[in-house]
Amino acid sequence: MRRKVRSHIVQDEPLLFELSTPGKRGCQLPRLDVPAVDPAAALGEGSVREGIEGFPEVSEVEVVRHFTRLSTWNYAIDLGMYPLGSCTMKYNPRANEEAARTEGLLWAHPYQPEEQVQGCLEIMARLEQALAEITGMDAVCLQPAAGAHGELTGILLIRALLESKGNPRRKILIPDSAHGTNPATAAIAGYEVENIRSNARGMIDLEAFPSLVNEDVAALMITNPNTLGVFEVNIARIAEILHSKGALLYMDGANMNALVGWTRPGEAGVDVLHLNLHKTFSTPHGGGGPGSGPVAVKKELEPFLPVPRLKQVDGQWRWDYDRPQSIGRVRAFYGNFGVLVRALAYIMACGAEGLRAATVDAVLNANYVRKALEPYYELPHKEPSMHECVFSDRRQARHGVRTMDIAKRLIDYGFHPYTVAFPLIVPGAMMIEPTESESLRELELFVEAMIAIAREAEENPELVRAAPHSTRTSRVDEAAAARKPVLRWRPES
Amino acid sequence: MRLLPKSDEERRRMLQALGLESVEELFAQIPQELRLKEPLRLGPGLSEFEVLEFMRSVGRRNMVGQPCFLGAGAYFHYRPAVVDALVSRGEFLTAYTPYQAEISQGLLTAIFEFQTMICQLTGMDAANASMYDGSTAMAEAALMARRITGREHVVVAASVHPEYRQVLRTYAHNQAIRVREAPYDPETGRLDTARAATLLDGNTAALIVQSPNFFGVVETLEEAAEAAHAAGALLVHVFSEAAALALLKPCAQADIVAGELQSFALPPSYGGPYAGVIATRERFVRQLPGRLAGQTTDTRGQRAFCLTLATREQHIRREKATSNICTNQALVALMATIFMALYGKQGLRELAEQNLAKAHYLADRLERRFSGPFFNEFVARANGRSPEAINRELAVSGIIGGLPLGRFYPELADSMLLCATEMSRREDMDRLVEIFRVGGRA
Repeated sequence: MRRKVRSHIVQDEPLLFELSTPGKRGCQLPRLDVPAVDPAAALGEGSVREGIEGFPEVSEVEVVRHFTRLSTWNYAIDLGMYPLGSCTMKYNPRANEEAARTEGLLWAHPYQPEEQVQGCLEIMARLEQALAEITGMDAVCLQPAAGAHGELTGILLIRALLESKGNPRRKILIPDSAHGTNPATAAIAGYEVENIRSNARGMIDLEAFPSLVNEDVAALMITNPNTLGVFEVNIARIAEILHSKGALLYMDGANMNALVGWTRPGEAGVDVLHLNLHKTFSTPHGGGGPGSGPVAVKKELEPFLPVPRLKQVDGQWRWDYDRPQSIGRVRAFYGNFGVLVRALAYIMACGAEGLRAATVDAVLNANYVRKALEPYYELPHKEPSMHECVFSDRRQARHGVRTMDIAKRLIDYGFHPYTVAFPLIVPGAMMIEPTESESLRELELFVEAMIAIAREAEENPELVRAAPHSTRTSRVDEAAAARKPVLRWRPES
Repeated sequence: MRLLPKSDEERRRMLQALGLESVEELFAQIPQELRLKEPLRLGPGLSEFEVLEFMRSVGRRNMVGQPCFLGAGAYFHYRPAVVDALVSRGEFLTAYTPYQAEISQGLLTAIFEFQTMICQLTGMDAANASMYDGSTAMAEAALMARRITGREHVVVAASVHPEYRQVLRTYAHNQAIRVREAPYDPETGRLDTARAATLLDGNTAALIVQSPNFFGVVETLEEAAEAAHAAGALLVHVFSEAAALALLKPCAQADIVAGELQSFALPPSYGGPYAGVIATRERFVRQLPGRLAGQTTDTRGQRAFCLTLATREQHIRREKATSNICTNQALVALMATIFMALYGKQGLRELAEQNLAKAHYLADRLERRFSGPFFNEFVARANGRSPEAINRELAVSGIIGGLPLGRFYPELADSMLLCATEMSRREDMDRLVEIFRVGGRA
């Protein structure tokens, strides 16, 4: 088989604190052009600290080498495919980084008067419009900092709307296939969570559903396509059932990559939706953020959106704070602006046609991988796949090889693992989302790796169970880390 | 399309392998009536050149590049070139959350260093891997205090950043948490601790105090802590100007520290992305929200790091999690980590002392509204003119002025908040003072 990886030298590197030598630093401040001020005199003797004990003292070149060496211990999209289901790890165009670092945008202060920041406001207004168009919703708020933050905003909006009608209601319905953020969000918004079971096809059971919806239900949180990669074909009917009982339909947009340019949630009856710009709209994941989680709503919910809102007055963009029904702020200032610039740059580069073409390739890639791997891995749900597919480790488990082992063995073949053991409704789940960013060659290498591992699981299960074998760090003891947490460095005594 | 790495021939081959004739068949599941009938109204795709030209043209519509005396939660500090060079490495920029420890040791090590430096700066035992920003960190700190104490309400100083307080109210509203505000002393600009004490009762989970506060004034945190503890509540210390931590003694009695790290190499970028953080005492670690990196070993016995105590988090605990937070601000926290490493023990101190000196130079030439000690921000009276009018005059002279306070504190409508950092040049401060005192050419 073709090799994607081979071994090479990896630099070792101690922690910053272990590198430190007293008296060193990696910066030089400008000459002070005003008289120095004695801190004790200005702030009071008792208020001023001694030196920061244990803080690093290293030179510039050591800082550069330190973090460069650390970086070589990471896997990244720039090195290869991340088949992480529901995480949509797609290529992050470098032009977007340059766009966000445009001098006139990078140094704009959030409290400059509006007339001094019309450029920033123009970018936000355009992005709001583009996202409304893509989702088929009426209004968009860019304030939430990440997907879960968008979820919280969305549920608070639903609560505020229902409250304005006299009763916020008690419960949020959540399918058992949902992301963990959904129930956590409902709880933090003050709702009880009622989990609803998927049917044998991995979808919401349309026969059982109406009996679950009553006057206590504020909303259903749905992910579409769901975490099995299956389109909820009855979504419009589900919305009707909810609406007939005065409840709302919330859609988690984590899987929007399957839909952009082909269907609009707003037209299926969705009332509130959040997007993850760091998934669908190509902004970099950065090792876990910054993300951005805009919320899109129907007209009825618009008065409740967080303050401030953009409005145009005499051809100029202004912030409108006079929104008496607003749920308030969900963060300081206006959102992760730098991430918004990147997302707009991506949408502009793609255009309508490019976004639609990207969706085609995302779905094509997932189905290609599914078809290629079906002879080797158990496919518990046979519904057609959209942008991701979910296998289970059932066949390999007979040899004592579980989904986590296969995932770790993928590392030896030069790939990031797929999403392990999620969704929870599939025992031993292996959730694969290639995204549109993978070339046919990379997909084939991935498929070959998965097939090779299936063979190893039968012939040499121990090899798979002990993986990875080729990394600088072998399988880490996560249980020990949790048992006796060591969360910071301390000097050896 | 530039971003799609396949030839048409490859697509045909793949469709063929799937037994499909056209790409439309890939979307057969979507009911016909829900399919988009006409193209999205987004226009054609643009070249990289065109996109960047657009961004530069809108950037030119902003007033940027001039001396700026705004602070108020977003500060102009110099960003060493090394920071962007390192965080632009694809291995950091384009990596996923480090759940797979074996191929994420670079990030995990950096997070562990971040957590350690935050502890050293704040005097706490443990810090998380970051929060969205300072405002949400403060709101989450309040929820954390409620979990720890089992009490329902919080008291927040009116001298805390007004937008942080607004976020707190949004989070608190739906959890039946009552938020009461403790006034500031109109003379010093500090929390009126005696008045705060009268608001604390047996059902108060925390007293939340920012220092330096929104007016730039350094609070007496030890006094606040004593008042909080006397009522059985926790003290939450909030900060928005992290550079001050290099100079001010950490509060030995604080229970939770929640703050904003924008000062550490994060560009103002019109309000985000920034990075918040929460730090706390050892005994409260299991109530922390968000991700944590911890030290462990691999099967060969080597030191290794991994995300840990995940049973607090949403992907494990679902509705019983300490927070719904998932994605945080990893790359921005990495910028702060690199910044802290570069400046180090001596550089950070010198940076703080320069900020102190610059702000005092400026304040000495204007009329201060409050008498309390201050770091790099202070409230100045506008000499009987409106702060907005002064700002307009300053703008004509190419200076971005301070923040008029009337919108947040009606009683301070005659004042503005000014900030000076190591990037504020003496000649620009002199120009500001002149216009402030006598009016500009306009």
